[in-house]
Amino acid sequence: MSSALDQIFVHGKRCLLSWIAGAPNWLIQIASSLINIVALLAAFLTLFALMSVLERKILGRMQNRYGPNRVGPFGLFQPVADGIKMLIKEDIVPARADKVVHFLAPVVLAAVAILTLGIIPYGRNMTAFAIDGGILFFFAVGSATELAVFMAGWASNNKFSMLGAMRAIAQMFSYELPLIITVLPVVMIVGSLMPDRIVFAQGEYTLGIVPRWFVFTPWGAAAFLLFFVSGLVESNRTPFDVPEGESEIVAGHMTEYSGFKYATFFLAEYLGMFAVSGLAVTLFLGGWHAPVRVLEFVPSYIWFFAKLSALLFVYVWLRATLPRTRVDQMMNVAWKFMLPMAFTCIVAAAIWHYAGRGMHGWLWSLFVIVFVYSALSILLDTRRKFARRVYRFAE
Amino acid sequence: MNGTAFIVISVFTLAGALAAATLPNLMHAAFCLVLALLGLASFFFLLGAEFVGLALIFIYIGAVAVLIVFTILLTRRDSKEHYGFNWSGVFIALAVFAGLTCAVLKTHSISILPPHIRALTVKQIGQALMIGYVWPLQCVGLLLTAALIGALVLVMEEKR
Repeated sequence: MSSALDQIFVHGKRCLLSWIAGAPNWLIQIASSLINIVALLAAFLTLFALMSVLERKILGRMQNRYGPNRVGPFGLFQPVADGIKMLIKEDIVPARADKVVHFLAPVVLAAVAILTLGIIPYGRNMTAFAIDGGILFFFAVGSATELAVFMAGWASNNKFSMLGAMRAIAQMFSYELPLIITVLPVVMIVGSLMPDRIVFAQGEYTLGIVPRWFVFTPWGAAAFLLFFVSGLVESNRTPFDVPEGESEIVAGHMTEYSGFKYATFFLAEYLGMFAVSGLAVTLFLGGWHAPVRVLEFVPSYIWFFAKLSALLFVYVWLRATLPRTRVDQMMNVAWKFMLPMAFTCIVAAAIWHYAGRGMHGWLWSLFVIVFVYSALSILLDTRRKFARRVYRFAE
Repeated sequence: MNGTAFIVISVFTLAGALAAATLPNLMHAAFCLVLALLGLASFFFLLGAEFVGLALIFIYIGAVAVLIVFTILLTRRDSKEHYGFNWSGVFIALAVFAGLTCAVLKTHSISILPPHIRALTVKQIGQALMIGYVWPLQCVGLLLTAALIGALVLVMEEKR
């Protein structure tokens, strides 16, 4: 019974495919891919709509106000109203803009975000395209984001757009390093770049209660935190929304966009956020595995989306509580703290592996991480008194 | 099936490369170069070399293309002046073409390759890099470190 419920989507797809059972092989392949794509888009566009209203509700709750509550029950139809509003708005393209590139930028951005969603295992046997180099695919495709943001900034022919694009590329480049390097220990321990294998490797339980998720090892916990923060920066969310910076540069690379193109940027931002959180769940939080063995009867995809929602809640929570960081402080943290810590995670993971993956290795890798962390704190002199700020270029 | 895909990708790649070489607007040329690189990566996918194709996208589109675009932006304005026909470019192109043709003609026919190439695992790549090609890897690492330190020295604030 439980396994039938677990595999309900897989069986559904097989049923749909059985209708064209006699067709040539390539037709079945195309139909299979199309079903995957439609399911993926339907699930994540719904999640996007839900997220946009829930985020505003949670923000409202944290700031002691109601949030949207006029459209439909509890304001749940707000995304529909927003969508109609965005569709009927005038689409303004600046006269001096590069029309083609201006149009292509949001399209490329959204396409990249959707592609990266494809490799994440959403449940048992539920990966839209299971390829061997899945993790590499994620980062290879994701790295085109920077180019798309740059296209948006450059094609708008506006100084705020250009500044926003420059900031976006600087921050994405700096944080892509820790983002990728913190994935390496997991790839190293599992010995595969395939997301399904990585989830499979976390499926066991110690003593039947503590799951063997990588987040419960010292290197995994450190890598997870670094990965999460870097992911936050990559998706341009609030504590790190320097490229948009409403109070400084209007809306950054999105300044000259209006109507549905503007909405597409937001769609891409949210899909990127889902993708990075989904990868974090896959790599460190055990993917679709249940936290305790007794709860394994609950379908796997429910566990995945529960973990995903928890991470997304943290995103909203951080947005409600933290002010925007300064550009130079952000860069300093990336290069002087995040990068060395990310490398330390690799070393700690290697020690954990060679000490037999048991209690012994656990303590040793904890020691290495704490040691490097304290050494970095002393070296970077975090308790330094702040010097008087010197303005070099704005006097 | 594969033959058609090969022709489609070739046309796509060549069109991208040609546009990159001829477009007057440098930024457009850079974006077309990205298309050409995407076509090159598709060739690797067609040959079943997934890892190389993804690495190509990752490095060339994710890093090198952004670097090119940035350099264009930081170094020159969009000048409308027309540069004369560049004969040295023709010579270099012909020399490269001749060299590549020689190499292609000397290679044995592709049909002797086994039809199914086993997918590379991370373990094999790691072993190749750490055992067979450890010296080239270390040399490249040293070179990149030197470049990184050089870049740091260039932008370091002078102490007062």
